[in-house]
Amino acid sequence: MSTAAETTATPAPRAAGPKVALFATCFNDTMWPETLKATVRLLERLGCEVEFPMEQTCCGQMQTNTGYGKDAAPLVRRFVDVFDGYDAVVAPSGSCVGSVREQHATIAREVGDDALLDRVEETAPRTYELSEFLVDMLGVTDVGAYFPHRVTYHPTCHSLRMLHVGDKPLSLLRAVKGIDLVELPGAEECCGFGGTFAMKNADVSIAMGADKARQITSTDAEVVVMSDNSCLAHVGGLLSRHRSGVRRLHLAEILASTEEEQL
Amino acid sequence: MGMPAFPEAAEEALGKTQQRHNLHHATHTIRAKRAGVVGELDDWQALRTAGADAKDEALAHLADYLEQLEENLTANGATVHWARDAEEANRIVTALVKAKETDEVVKVKSMTTQEIELNEALREAGIDAWETDLAELIVQLGGDLPSHILVPAIHRNRSEIREIFLREMGQVGRAAPEDLTDDPARLAEAARLHLREKFLRAKVGISGANFAIADTGSLVVVESEGNGRMCLTLPETLISVVGIEKVLPSWDDLAPMLQLLPRSSTGERMNPYTSTWTGTHDGDGPQEVHVVLLDNGRTHVLGDSIGRQALRCIRCSACLNVCPVYERTGGHAYGSVYPGPIGAVLNPQLRGTASEVDKSLPYASTLCGACYEVCPVKINIPELLVKLRGAVADQERPSAESAAMAAAGWVLSDPRRLGAAQKAANSVGRLLGDRTIRTVPGMGAWTSARDVPTPPTESFRQWWARERGTQ
Ligand code: SF4
Repeated sequence: MSTAAETTATPAPRAAGPKVALFATCFNDTMWPETLKATVRLLERLGCEVEFPMEQTCCGQMQTNTGYGKDAAPLVRRFVDVFDGYDAVVAPSGSCVGSVREQHATIAREVGDDALLDRVEETAPRTYELSEFLVDMLGVTDVGAYFPHRVTYHPTCHSLRMLHVGDKPLSLLRAVKGIDLVELPGAEECCGFGGTFAMKNADVSIAMGADKARQITSTDAEVVVMSDNSCLAHVGGLLSRHRSGVRRLHLAEILASTEEEQL
Repeated sequence: MGMPAFPEAAEEALGKTQQRHNLHHATHTIRAKRAGVVGELDDWQALRTAGADAKDEALAHLADYLEQLEENLTANGATVHWARDAEEANRIVTALVKAKETDEVVKVKSMTTQEIELNEALREAGIDAWETDLAELIVQLGGDLPSHILVPAIHRNRSEIREIFLREMGQVGRAAPEDLTDDPARLAEAARLHLREKFLRAKVGISGANFAIADTGSLVVVESEGNGRMCLTLPETLISVVGIEKVLPSWDDLAPMLQLLPRSSTGERMNPYTSTWTGTHDGDGPQEVHVVLLDNGRTHVLGDSIGRQALRCIRCSACLNVCPVYERTGGHAYGSVYPGPIGAVLNPQLRGTASEVDKSLPYASTLCGACYEVCPVKINIPELLVKLRGAVADQERPSAESAAMAAAGWVLSDPRRLGAAQKAANSVGRLLGDRTIRTVPGMGAWTSARDVPTPPTESFRQWWARERGTQ
């Protein structure tokens, strides 16, 4: 696949770009198809050939993080079966990619399956969060997007501290035409979602989310953007309950928006 | 234990507005200070690795290094005692104090003696143990529990401290001046005068140790106020209670530690007082030195190959100061002297996961990873939390949760089943149109404060099949 690191102002559509497998993640597949459609639109615009292997389901993160790692083993097996043989697997979710890259090997070890561990070590490094794929693999930061609104960005914890995506999402956003990108105070603090934490420790989760929502409204942004719909749903649910009027969008949706096809 | 599970304790703590305000202010201040001084060093990651390696080496050959430590301490004139658990350690210390025919001791702040509740044990034997660290003094006089490893009175503000001093100091020694204000310098002065009387009178001092050096038989205490040095040098007898995981192989290993610890804990480049003592010396310092080496669950933790890394902890408290959960709940919710992220992994490992609080602690985290990022000895706390959740989940099986996970696993293990579940969600979506869901039965905690997104009328999978076919 192409790893050319050219950064063009408006990338020309590629004739035969890399073949990419879209890992939808079960939560996005079920709840946020718009994010996935935007991801497909964006990747195809950048010349990628996108496939969606129908046999895929879930990375097993919920089981793993709740203490049911062994129950996640069949899902890890399915993941490597489905995504074996692709140059790149791309998902618009920092936390699911984090789970694949950081936890699949642990699960394989836990169930003592060496063959599985070998296959995990093959697929996991080829699994990318969207912003990593765009910047590191395609070598673009300007994806030709247009979004003339005031936007603030929250870097979700797994993107930030598990995947170390750094300022890749921000450099992609900065290159969006017309955007008014404003800094979020306390951006690196967790929003309080944490998967089942939001249920098991609801009071603390809400207190954390409410603080995050307050920081967001303090920026006067019209839109809050993240690269994880789970965190977005949590914070968005609080913003909506408080009728803040701040709109929640996934990074992929903003990057897919163009002058011709505005969001 | 009788302590409530974390979610209940947290709910109560969240209601304490003043405490939350104090905690937010204090943790954010120290967080920024730490980040500043750590940012000054370009070899920070190498130092972290050196610190972790020294600890790992000590833990991998713990028995050997402990024997070496004992040998060198003894050769230098100290007496070494071994204590399997808290009760045994308390018994040893009480007997040593009683043999000195005194009914009071002065103490250097020590997490280990708090862990074994030494003060309470001494109290029962009719011995007063005076804490001499300023924050510990505040906690002790206030009849309170510490809520932070480094700043035990973090939940108190100045005016509360002034009230405690005025009310309590006179009951146990030199009273605070009547015109005491809440000016920090005045408060510190009152504490200094109150404590000086005790330092000069005490015949026995009790300390812990931050590090114990095997190849020289030296103990090390790092502190900021100088009270520790008074306790370590003035009394005739010194008793040091040291967890067995405090051992470091060699004197050289101190170098990275003395850089990692102050920067991580107080955000200082160097701590104000570093005291080391190696046995006894005629006519100088304590003439009798006892070292109690404490296990209290540590060898059990050592036996677990992944869990073992928790024993690297140097109690710097950096993980507390960055933890968003600790910031909102404070230390008391953790039901132990070890609060915050390290407490959430250490307590269930040391005490087991039988009690309500210990089995709730591994879940008292969003796994945001901030603790791992700051830990000076690279303890992967999120990894330990997940592992401990596994232990709790296994012990609770079969449970409603394990059944739900199995059901979810059954749906998710097959794309057709997932598709069917999505269609069910889609029909809910169609039914609701674009109205936001405000309550969902069984999801009370979620819907109490957050709007739940409406499921779409078509999953991505369905859209793809319709638009692009199923290959
Ligand atoms: S776990 Fe790490 S960060 Fe936390 S107190 Fe221990 S050494 Fe410090």
